Amino acid sequence: MRHEDGSKIASPEQMQTWMKQTMDWIGSISAQNKFVSGTGLPFADARVVKTTSTGKVVTNGPFGDIKETIGGFITVKADSVEEAVEFAKGCPVLQGEGNSMEIRKVAKK
Amino acid sequence: MNQQEIIPHLFRTEFRKITTVLCKSFGNAFNGIEIAEDIASETFLSAIETWTYKGIPENPTAWLYAVAKNKAKNYITRNQLSTNKIATELKQSSPTTHEIEIDLSEKNITDSQLQMLFAVCHPTISPEAQIGLALRILCGFGIDEIANALLSNKETINKRLFRAKEKLRLENVKIEFPGEAEIDNRLETVLTTLYLLFSEGYYSESNDTVVREDLCMEAMRLTYLLIENDQTNQPNVNALLALMCFQSSRFEARKNSNGEMILYDDQDETLWNDELISKGAYFLHKAAHGNKLSKYHLEASIAYWYTIKEDTKEKWESILQLYNQLLQLEYSPVAALNRTYALSKANGKAQAIIEAEKLQLTSNHFYFTLLGELYKGINDVKAKENFTKALSIAKTQADKQTILKKLDRF
Repeated sequence: MRHEDGSKIASPEQMQTWMKQTMDWIGSISAQNKFVSGTGLPFADARVVKTTSTGKVVTNGPFGDIKETIGGFITVKADSVEEAVEFAKGCPVLQGEGNSMEIRKVAKK
Repeated sequence: MNQQEIIPHLFRTEFRKITTVLCKSFGNAFNGIEIAEDIASETFLSAIETWTYKGIPENPTAWLYAVAKNKAKNYITRNQLSTNKIATELKQSSPTTHEIEIDLSEKNITDSQLQMLFAVCHPTISPEAQIGLALRILCGFGIDEIANALLSNKETINKRLFRAKEKLRLENVKIEFPGEAEIDNRLETVLTTLYLLFSEGYYSESNDTVVREDLCMEAMRLTYLLIENDQTNQPNVNALLALMCFQSSRFEARKNSNGEMILYDDQDETLWNDELISKGAYFLHKAAHGNKLSKYHLEASIAYWYTIKEDTKEKWESILQLYNQLLQLEYSPVAALNRTYALSKANGKAQAIIEAEKLQLTSNHFYFTLLGELYKGINDVKAKENFTKALSIAKTQADKQTILKKLDRF
């Protein structure tokens, strides 16, 4: 789940609606026995570590010059990338302008 | 109570205690289980014989314990004599006799039952075998009662129990409390078995209401045994007992006098047992500790909401979210179907139909019953089609009757 701007602050009512939609979305994937794991990644207490000419620099938050930040991830059991895409289409994050979902395979162990 | 009533009653309550304590006295493992069962049975035979002539003693339980102790001591002496005799002849050594203490105090009975519960619910034997052994050793069920309760026959049950005991002997499973490090894992297996035992009673197709209620009561009694002990009085155990209380509160209302199922919506809620509902609430409250949310917490919370008959937005939204969480923790087709039903109540039928179609549980008649329910009033032709499909794959008479009634309503 990629958010275009993580610094936007939503109202409590808006947060509650998103929360319910997200839970229903994950519930739907789980009801099809396709859910593995997942978590949201809160923006609070986030840090960025970068190497600069003066050494390693730590800054607050993943924001600033980075355009997109990761808001969370979910691992599903999909038979194909198409199926995974269908799951992704249902994610409420996509209601936010500029947000996107990125679908990736988990490397086999 | 007269003699005809008191002996079966005492058999149900005391047989398991005597068997468990004796088995433990005979070496802490399953080597002596058959002998323990035999002595316990013989004790009851003596009671039938003696009490018929002399009347019921003042303290029948104490009488049984005294007789059982004597029989056990006789057995030990006889056994030691013969083994010692052989030993003496072989080694010319002096025989050693050690007195075995048979402690039938309340404390030792409770401890032994708890240790036996852990031993019987051992991961080396199958859940079916665990349930069978628990019913036999810890609930004092006869073989035909077990067969009746588990919809099987005597021969199968006998074989199953025999193999299970053999396996426990072979693995040298001790009748003891598990160590600190493994208690959580072992407790998990015990809870699964108690949960299955309860479900066996609750969902059994057996028409024998007494047997079904007995299974549920026994499962609850054994769960309570865990709650009474500090080490096993854990949040998930309390949550499981809460679940059992909530479920069994509807026992009276679930079947009519012909033994036919009455669906939740059609149940007369004045038949729901308020005492069990408040007990459930008490244990669910006690379960709200620690940082581990078990599936029993979620299922008990769902069962709690079902004790409120009135349809409210809050009720169905809560049930939906609990099922969402439950399914993430552990998938099951039943939970997936129930979740979809809750979804229809919380978010509307249109969304629920789309979600239901994704489940594709096409070998499950409940799947088609759910689709039928969802299409009802939206597309009655499709509703009927789905109920008819459900009818064609339903296996039990009770399920078929329920579906037929739904079809009749069109």
